[in-house]
Amino acid sequence: MAQAAPPRISPFYDPRWRSIAFQLLLCAVIVWLAYSAVTNAAENLARARIASGFDFWNSTAGFDISQHLIPYSAQSTYGRAFWVGLLNTLLVSFLGIVFATIIGFAIGILQLSKNVLVAKLARGYVEVIRNLPLLLQLLFWYNAVLKALPVLRDSISIPGGMLLNNRGLFLPKPIFGPGFEAVPIAFVLGIAGAFGYRHWARRRQALTGQQAPVFAVGVSLILGLPLLALALTGFPVTFDFPEMGRFNIRGGIEILPEFAALLFGLSIYTAAFIAEAVRAGVQSVSHGQTEAAYSLGLRPLPTLRLIVVPQAMRVIVPPLTNQYLNLTKNSSLAVAIGYPDLVQVFTGTVLNQTGQAVEVVAITMAVYLTISLATSGLMNLYNRRIALVER
Amino acid sequence: MKRSLFTLALATLVGIAGSAAEAQTLKQVQQRGVLNCGANGNLAGFGLPDAQGNWTGFDVDYCRAIAAAIFNDPTKVKFIPLTAKDRFTALQSGEVDVLIRNTTWTSSRDTTNGLNFTGVNYYDGQGFLVRKALKVNSALELNDAAVCVQQGTTTELNLADFFRSNNMKLKTVTFATSDEAVKAYDAGRCDAYTTDASALYSERLRTAAPDDHVVLPDIISKEPLGPSVRHGDDQWFDIVRWVNFWLINAEELGITKANVDAQTKSDNPDIRRLLGAEGKFGEAFGLSNDFGAKMIKHVGNYGEIFERNLGQGSRLKISRGLNALWTKGGLQYAPPVR
Repeated sequence: MAQAAPPRISPFYDPRWRSIAFQLLLCAVIVWLAYSAVTNAAENLARARIASGFDFWNSTAGFDISQHLIPYSAQSTYGRAFWVGLLNTLLVSFLGIVFATIIGFAIGILQLSKNVLVAKLARGYVEVIRNLPLLLQLLFWYNAVLKALPVLRDSISIPGGMLLNNRGLFLPKPIFGPGFEAVPIAFVLGIAGAFGYRHWARRRQALTGQQAPVFAVGVSLILGLPLLALALTGFPVTFDFPEMGRFNIRGGIEILPEFAALLFGLSIYTAAFIAEAVRAGVQSVSHGQTEAAYSLGLRPLPTLRLIVVPQAMRVIVPPLTNQYLNLTKNSSLAVAIGYPDLVQVFTGTVLNQTGQAVEVVAITMAVYLTISLATSGLMNLYNRRIALVER
Repeated sequence: MKRSLFTLALATLVGIAGSAAEAQTLKQVQQRGVLNCGANGNLAGFGLPDAQGNWTGFDVDYCRAIAAAIFNDPTKVKFIPLTAKDRFTALQSGEVDVLIRNTTWTSSRDTTNGLNFTGVNYYDGQGFLVRKALKVNSALELNDAAVCVQQGTTTELNLADFFRSNNMKLKTVTFATSDEAVKAYDAGRCDAYTTDASALYSERLRTAAPDDHVVLPDIISKEPLGPSVRHGDDQWFDIVRWVNFWLINAEELGITKANVDAQTKSDNPDIRRLLGAEGKFGEAFGLSNDFGAKMIKHVGNYGEIFERNLGQGSRLKISRGLNALWTKGGLQYAPPVR
C-alpha cells in the first residue's frame, strides 16, 4: 500500500523557508543601512566641502614625533606617521603584556601564600591598584617619575655608561662590527638546541622515568652559544656612550620617561587583574590534587608546576585574554602623558591637520580591531592546546 | 511596539552618519534660545571659567557679542570648552555654532577642514618660553633642545619648520592639552615651551615660579587668530564676520559702552548707521536694526574688549602692538558699514 504523500506546506508557513527568508531580509537591511550611512556621510562631507578620501596618506606631515622605531622626520608623510604611531602602540602593548603577565602571576600566587604578611601585602596591592582609575595612575607615575628624577646637569650616572635624568634613561648603543652575524645565528641555534634537548629529555623520561636538567641546559645553550660566538669572533661590538650636550644628551639609546611611565602604569594596573584571574584559577583546582601529589612524594614547587598550574591554566587563560586586550586598548591613554602612540599621533595630530575625521577614525578602529582579533586568536590557539582533552 | 523600536534604531543609525547639512544656523540658534560657542576653557585672557563658572576672556567676549547681537542678552551663550585637537571636529559636526578659540587662520583649515574664517580678531605670532637659568637670548640658540608643545596646533608645525630651516636639531614632546604641556615644561621635561606669544604670557603665570622664566623676543610665525564657522551658510558667516567689523568700527568712531546711548543721537552718519538709527543695515543680516547698539552696550567696542581681557585692565598687560587700529599704526581695519 502506497504511503500517502505528506501534505504540501506552503513555503510561507514552512519554518525552514521562513528562517532563510528572514535572515536574507536582515542581511539586506544591514547592507542597506551600511550603504546609506556611507553615502549619506560622503554626501554631507561633499556638501560642507570637507575633504574626503585617502589622498592625505602621501602628503607631508610636517610635525615631529619624539619616539620613532623607523626613520621619521617632519618631511615624512602622514602614512609614515601612521606606521610610527602603530609601532609605538605595538611596542608598549607587547612589553606591557609580558611584564603584566610576570607580575600578575607572581602576585596571584603570593596571594595564596601561607605567610600571612606576604598574602596580605599581595592582596593589598590588588585591591589598591585595581580600584583606582588607570588614567589617574598614569598621570601619577608620569609626574612622579618627572619630579623625582634630577635635571639634566645632575644626571645620575649608572655603572656601565648609563645616564638617568628627567629627560629619560640613556643607555650605551651597541654598534656591531663585521663578524657579528655569527651571534644571532648562534642564538637561533641555541634555541633550536634547547627545544631539541627538551624533546629528547621528555622522550627519555617517558621511556625510562629518568629526569634531565632541561631548564639549566636550555638556558646555557641559549645564552652560552652566542657568548661563545662573541668570544670566537673577537668581540666585534663597540659602544656609543651617551654624552652630555648643551641641552640634551647626545648619542646612546634613549628611553623616554613618557614611555617608561606608560609601560610601568599599564603593567602594574593590568597585573592586578591578572593576579585575580590566577588566584581564581589556582583555587579552582581541587585541594585533593595537591594532597595526592604530596602523598606521591612531590615537594611543593614541583606540585605547583606539574599538578596545579597546568589545571589552573584552563581557568586562567580566557580572562587572561581579556586582560591582554584591555591592556592594548588602554595603551591609547598615552595621549594624556605625551607618549606618541597611534591615537596620539594619528587620531590626534593627523586628524586635526587633515580634518578628515571619518577616514582617520575608521582606520584607527580597524587597526585596534585587527590587533585585538589577532591577540585573541593567538590566545584561543593556546587555550585549545591546554584545554582538557576529552576522549 | 517592536516596529517602532526598529524604526527608531534605523533613524538613529542613519542620523549618526550625518544629518542633512544645515544652512540655517541663525534660525536654529534663535529657536534654541542660546548660542553654542566653541571656546578655549584653559587660557587666561582668551577663555577661562572662574570658580563660579563665569567665563571671561577676549574670545569669550566675542561669543557674548554675537549673543547680544541676536538676543540682546550676552548671557545666552553656552560655552563648550574644546582642546586644540578636537575643535574642528566639534565645529564640523555641528556641536558648536561658531568656533572662537584663538585659532589660526590657514589655507588648509579654510578649505579641506571645512571651515570659513570670518576675519582676524587678534594678530599673533609664535614664541618660546625658556628658563632664565639657561641663559638663552634667541630662539636660534635652541639647537638640540627639547620643546614641549600642544597637539593639533599650527605651533606644532611651525616648530618643526623653524628648526629644520635653521638646521637645528629638535626633540619635541607633544601633549594633548596645554595644561599637560606646561606642567611637563615646568617639571623640567623640556627646555622650552612654545605657543602663540599672547598665550605664552598667560602660561608663564601658571608655572611654579613665573619669574624664573622668560619669553624669548623671537616671533617665528604669523598667527592671525579669528572666529570660524562651517562651510555652507553665508548668512551666518556674514553675521560672525560683521560682528567683528562692527566692534572695530565702533572703536574707530569712538563709540563705547558708556556713551553708546548718547551716540545714537549723534549727527555723524557713520555712527548713526552703525547703531541702527539710520538705514536698514542690521535687518539685512536677519538681525534687529540696532544690533550694533545692543552689542556695544553689553560688551563694549574692540578696544574695550582688548583692554579688559588682555591689556592694561588685565593681569597680562599685553600692549596693542599689531592689534592697534590702522589709524594708530596697527593692522585692525574694518570695511565700512553702508
